[in-house]
Amino acid sequence: MKSLAELQAIRDRARSQVILRENNDNAIRVLVGMATCGIAAGARPVLNAMVEEVAKRGLANVTVTQTGCIGICQFEPVVEIVTPGQEKVTYVKMTPEKAVRVVNDHLVNGNVVTEYTIGANS
Amino acid sequence: MYRSNVLVCGGTGCTSSNSELIISKLKEEIAVRGLDKEVNVIRTGCFGLCALGPIMIVYPEGSFYSRVTPEDVPEIVEEHLLKGRIVKRLLYQETIVDDNTIKSLNHTPFYEKQNRVALRNCGVINPECIDEYIAVDGYTALGKVLTEMTPEEVVDVVKASGLRGRGGAGFPTGLKWSFAAKNQADQKYVCCNADEGDPGAFMDRSVLEGDPHSVLEAMAIAGYAIGSSQGYIYVRAEYPIAVKRLQIAIDQAREYGLLGKNIFNTGFDFDIGLRLGAGAFVCGEETALMTSIEGKRGEPRPRPPFPAVKGLFQKPTILNNVETYANITQIILKGADWFASMGTEKSKGTKVFALGGKIKHTGLVEVPMGTTLREIVEEIGGGVPDGHTFKAAQTGGPSGGCIPASYLDIPIDYDNLLSIGAMMGSGGLIVMDDTTCMVDIAKFFLEFTVDESCGKCTPCRIGTRRLLEVLEKITSGNGAMEDLDRLEELCYYLKENSLCALGQTAPNPVLSTLRYFRDEYVAHVTEHRCPAGVCKALTNYFILEDKCRGCTLCARNCPVGAITGSVKVPHVIDTKKCIKCGACMEKCKFSAIIKK
Repeated sequence: MKSLAELQAIRDRARSQVILRENNDNAIRVLVGMATCGIAAGARPVLNAMVEEVAKRGLANVTVTQTGCIGICQFEPVVEIVTPGQEKVTYVKMTPEKAVRVVNDHLVNGNVVTEYTIGANS
Repeated sequence: MYRSNVLVCGGTGCTSSNSELIISKLKEEIAVRGLDKEVNVIRTGCFGLCALGPIMIVYPEGSFYSRVTPEDVPEIVEEHLLKGRIVKRLLYQETIVDDNTIKSLNHTPFYEKQNRVALRNCGVINPECIDEYIAVDGYTALGKVLTEMTPEEVVDVVKASGLRGRGGAGFPTGLKWSFAAKNQADQKYVCCNADEGDPGAFMDRSVLEGDPHSVLEAMAIAGYAIGSSQGYIYVRAEYPIAVKRLQIAIDQAREYGLLGKNIFNTGFDFDIGLRLGAGAFVCGEETALMTSIEGKRGEPRPRPPFPAVKGLFQKPTILNNVETYANITQIILKGADWFASMGTEKSKGTKVFALGGKIKHTGLVEVPMGTTLREIVEEIGGGVPDGHTFKAAQTGGPSGGCIPASYLDIPIDYDNLLSIGAMMGSGGLIVMDDTTCMVDIAKFFLEFTVDESCGKCTPCRIGTRRLLEVLEKITSGNGAMEDLDRLEELCYYLKENSLCALGQTAPNPVLSTLRYFRDEYVAHVTEHRCPAGVCKALTNYFILEDKCRGCTLCARNCPVGAITGSVKVPHVIDTKKCIKCGACMEKCKFSAIIKK
């Protein structure tokens, strides 16, 4: 180890894995529906895209979790975003591409992607 | 990029209850379902709640599964990792609120009162991966001291923090470092005492198993502070997991150039070697430990000269305990004031206790100094199980003493414990209930010190043996009141005349039980009675006539035929034939057999 910068680089690289293990009660929670219906409709790539994009953006205050059937199987894959103190946003018929946009627009910039929400699709 | 982390305890406790098999099965099941790119399985150090092991925690949900068996693994993988449905039947009950909400482990009674400083990374990171340690700011403190601070400043910060040695006696760490720093020599040494020998103590082992790099980093910082280029960790060979992980950590740190030559390009050299002890209790004593590292028989030597003047190989040396080192990096990173803000006036920071004995949640807890015994036993530890009552807590192992129930509300720190005849020691905390005989406990610890005395000095070698003989006389019902006075006299003689701390503290269990439980000693001597019903020679088994249904179960299980009686008629035990094995009492379904 020759410099603090070198240490810092290793730290930044390894951080995203460990941060997953912190219990953060104030975090924004991203819930991906992963019951049989969700998995069948392709929720798994959506979940992975979410996780990767959140890590890439270094969003320490966001946890991505899977959840069971939300009850609207015809709209799967479903992703819910729960921000403390705000109303829950439900995105439907998600794809990995849509997931990336939701992370960027919604989680980074705070703009809900209205056209993917359940309101625009029902 | 993993979306989920599964942490499985790989500490000694959980490993002995099959966590290795759980990990391999977990990896297998995850691979079968094609999740191996998404789910990361990590073998960590001890989580603390050893009573519930083997333990598994799944992030990001933070679901805490306890008493997991290899048979549970397919269900966890299928339900939780694949489908996102938490397996409720395996969740630690105290994390379930109402029916549907699950709270995080940090909000359960066991963890809520804790403040984990020394244990901060145990159960969180993979101890065999240096990158994970670096991810939680590892080696940043070393970088900081080497690039921004002078050795004097490092010593001053440690002094100002008020950190005292966690190995037992509580000597101020900064002061110790300043002594060694002042002495000039061509070579100085930094040693780590990882020879944890107290019965019932396992906090050092857990730190080494769960976070070995924090000890290495702190030793390097100490090396810089006193001007040393060589460290030694003296660890007992009975801790194979700790030894293995330390070696892995040392290798990784060398590979990254965090140990070795010219660390951080500052011209500072420091390396660490492992030395394995054969498990002799006396080698935890500082001079005996250094003699043992030198390759000689581990016997203590007289002080002064103190190790800071002439220690290992006659060179200035500092020796700190594992837990002491585990605090150092945090003090450097967060500052002396932060550390000094925790604890009591004269004992700063936190202390790790190994909770054991008659308590619901056996395990590791770390609380701020000054936490009361009641908080530790009743709130964190969940109290004494099976309807029994708290009688005493034994702290500090063979060097310590018993704290009776009347002192449950005393804030625990170094000075308070000494004032009531106990001591912090390394932090073993053994809870005893009303089924424990205090004379027998004193005898137990004396048997231990008799075995472990190195024999170099006469007071310890012969004195502990004589003490034990008197205790044996009392527990066998042949004691006289004069024996109690003889015990005390001998105790004080040993304290004053032994060469090292082993002999000086060996009488402590006797003195403290005599002080708080003298009535039990008196009952043994004058009434030939063991109030707790432990001492065999003084206890007899009886059948309660009104409760006995004459089921004959006891008579059939008695190995010596001491129980007689006909079917449906109350039975009788012949106390002359009875060998007091207790088999009858265990088998009786009607609680009709008592011992007194």
